Amino acid sequence: MYEGAVQDLIDELGRLPGVGPKSAQRIAFHLLQADPADVERLAHALTEVKLKVRFCEVCFNVAEADRCRVCLDPRRDLHAICVVEEPKDVVAIERTREFRGRYHVLGGAISPIDGIGPDDLRVRELLTRLGDGTVTEVIIATDPNLEGEATASYLSRMLRDFGLRVTRLASGLPVGGDLEYADEVTLGRAFEGRRLIDV
Amino acid sequence: MPLYRDEAIVLRTQKLGEADRIVTVLTRRLGKVRVVGKGVRRTKSRFGSRLEPGMHIDVQCYEGRSLDTVTQVETLDPWGDAIARDYPSWTAATAVLETCDRLTEEREPALQQYLLLAGAVRSLAGKEHDPNLVLDAYLLRALAVAGWAPSFHDCAKCGAPGPHRGFHVVAGGAVCPGCRPPGSAAPAPETLLLLAALLAGNWVVADDSDPRHRREGSGLTAAFLQWHLERGIRSLRMVER
Repeated sequence: MYEGAVQDLIDELGRLPGVGPKSAQRIAFHLLQADPADVERLAHALTEVKLKVRFCEVCFNVAEADRCRVCLDPRRDLHAICVVEEPKDVVAIERTREFRGRYHVLGGAISPIDGIGPDDLRVRELLTRLGDGTVTEVIIATDPNLEGEATASYLSRMLRDFGLRVTRLASGLPVGGDLEYADEVTLGRAFEGRRLIDV
Repeated sequence: MPLYRDEAIVLRTQKLGEADRIVTVLTRRLGKVRVVGKGVRRTKSRFGSRLEPGMHIDVQCYEGRSLDTVTQVETLDPWGDAIARDYPSWTAATAVLETCDRLTEEREPALQQYLLLAGAVRSLAGKEHDPNLVLDAYLLRALAVAGWAPSFHDCAKCGAPGPHRGFHVVAGGAVCPGCRPPGSAAPAPETLLLLAALLAGNWVVADDSDPRHRREGSGLTAAFLQWHLERGIRSLRMVER
């Protein structure tokens, strides 16, 4: 147990996800030994992020204005919306440079065991966005786990009457792996989603 | 380092650290065990998909100081995958899994609960019956295995032969006019017949039942469950009745 400010810092760092007491202590002592300018920059970044960053009023991605960078970009395709669970999923999809439409961040997945139902997610806001008829395709890109799958099945049921093209990201074999190591569920889905080879 | 291997059904998962998960499984021999699946959240994980709720697996773990760690998993039946594709089945399955988690203790063998759970999850995955009927049948039978069998025919207090019109959760089920406490419910006779059929596994009667009686039976089952568990099952709120 340390005294005063050092212990306060360790306690605060220990509240961060994935940081245990030992890691918190190591980071605290690293900060004590670091250049004051570096620590100042870190403190400034922490306060700035809380002051400046908010959720986009359209897609609920993180933004520094009322709307995020993607929603403000006039070159983006207005007819396609990709539905994801978290803002970090937007970053992952943007890295692929394959998708030119816009996003909708649900804020999680349906998880009855954790008390998270459809009303706790931004499903109603998605339905409102689809109301004006501009969007013609909804791509559901929830996580490829059972909660993500169940959320996708709930959304597809909700979107049935909108007359849209509703698609789900394909599941299958990771690039760079060996087929013999694939598990049955992944391999089964890869078979389900097999595609024609153009010759 | 002691290794063990058992047949199991995954009850729930919780995120741990960067890419790990704490996985609660009900095993056939050892009872409920909490194990760590290392790196299972990575897309290249070899057994991440096998450690999802509702999956029927053959698992090998080594014992740790606080939590055991998964070393190998094989899928016996991918029930969870089939269930997640149908939203009503999935909400019913999560209520089944949560109830099982609440009714079993860690490291206490619970073979009857295991077999009951396997039957319910298999039935939901195979879409054998209405998911709500499977859920109510599971809840009633799981409570019976835990020692809280409700009575739907004879009086739960004095044993007077039924059928009786009154139903009281605290009394333990159907109650005769002499034992009927104030505030007892008066469900339709068909509802009590349906609940008795679900408890006994009489699917011919259950499948033929009226939706009105199914809804009433679900309400009584949920009240009975909540009374005995003292705390509600969160997933039940999401089940579409």
